Amino acid sequence: MRMARIIMGMPVSVDIIGTPTPEIFEKIFGYFTWVDETFSTYKKESEISRINSGELKLKDASEKVQKVFKLCEETKEITNGAFDIYKKDGTCDPSGLVKGWAIYQASFLLKAEGYENFFIEAGGDIQVSGHNEDKGPWRVGIRDPFKKDSLLKIVALANGEGIATSGTYERGQHIYDPRTGKAVTDLVALTVIGKNCYEADRFATAAFVMGNKALSFIQSRSELEAVVTHVGGKEEMTAGFNKYIVK
Amino acid sequence: MKSITKKITLGAVVIVAFIGYAYETYLKPSTTTPITSVTPTGTVATPTGTTGSTGATGSTSGTYKDGTYTGSVADAYFGSVQVAVNITAGKISNVTFLQYPNDRGTSKQINAGAMPRLSAEAVAAQSANVNIVSGATQTSQAFEQSLQAALSQAAA
Repeated sequence: MRMARIIMGMPVSVDIIGTPTPEIFEKIFGYFTWVDETFSTYKKESEISRINSGELKLKDASEKVQKVFKLCEETKEITNGAFDIYKKDGTCDPSGLVKGWAIYQASFLLKAEGYENFFIEAGGDIQVSGHNEDKGPWRVGIRDPFKKDSLLKIVALANGEGIATSGTYERGQHIYDPRTGKAVTDLVALTVIGKNCYEADRFATAAFVMGNKALSFIQSRSELEAVVTHVGGKEEMTAGFNKYIVK
Repeated sequence: MKSITKKITLGAVVIVAFIGYAYETYLKPSTTTPITSVTPTGTVATPTGTTGSTGATGSTSGTYKDGTYTGSVADAYFGSVQVAVNITAGKISNVTFLQYPNDRGTSKQINAGAMPRLSAEAVAAQSANVNIVSGATQTSQAFEQSLQAALSQAAA
């Protein structure tokens, strides 16, 4: 059964194979509501907003927030600063990591209740588990950045992978290189498949910033595969991406 | 062959009709144009509202009456899927997909560049080839618009 709700300003959908209860859906949507209330830069009372306003010190923030900041720091190091939640004015915005992290955390809530076959999707990033209704791999379409109603590729995910897409074709130019402050204009879209949605999302965010160097960065990491669409329309994939594609 | 042509034509009519409806409803919110039900032959959009009437009456705003509405989203190639949408305080509060197309017999390998879509979520359910779609985050507005286009009689 599948349900969807708009939380964090984006559609969140959960599809659970079997006989899920209404309560488990509420639990998952409730979790995303908590994520929104805690991490949203649009909510004045969130811990992130209060950290940014100076009202709350990071060392006094909740355990989960401190954990996320630690993950952001690690990601910054791995990507040589291409991922950096701090802006020039000293405020921070961890949303490039929080979304995938939250989706991944939510999957543990489902597993704890004994659900093994499901997906959780929020704003175009997806965590799968087990198999779909037909007992096959989850079949995920990747949107074509140039043709609104078309798919670039269809991939089959059979091992609990996560998939995340960064792109400028929906919300316009909103991705900036934290090292230079400049808008990133090499790529239009980048989709990463990782061993879970946390990995896929943080590296989709970071790699997009790397522009023309994105693909070689992803290629250098063994647990990631990606497909990118350049501004001119050229499409490129990492060597191992092909194994996911459904013909 | 002929029936597929018919299906495609029907689908195109449906899509054009829904786009026209969505334009009327969302790009001109201040008009008082009464909502006409968009039901070309073969599609069904019958709300089973828990509040208010089920008939389409004149609309004076772009919001929706609270209640639960069941609608069919018709896809030209794969058949239809039912969605139940809860409207609370005039906005979509929940979407439940009631059925997926089970008939795989008529599905065929669709060229990924040719798939018609009414909404990202609905298409994922409709398509025999994909369960879900990954893309850059849509605005919630875009999602709502495409889903509400399927509920042509849910207007307040």
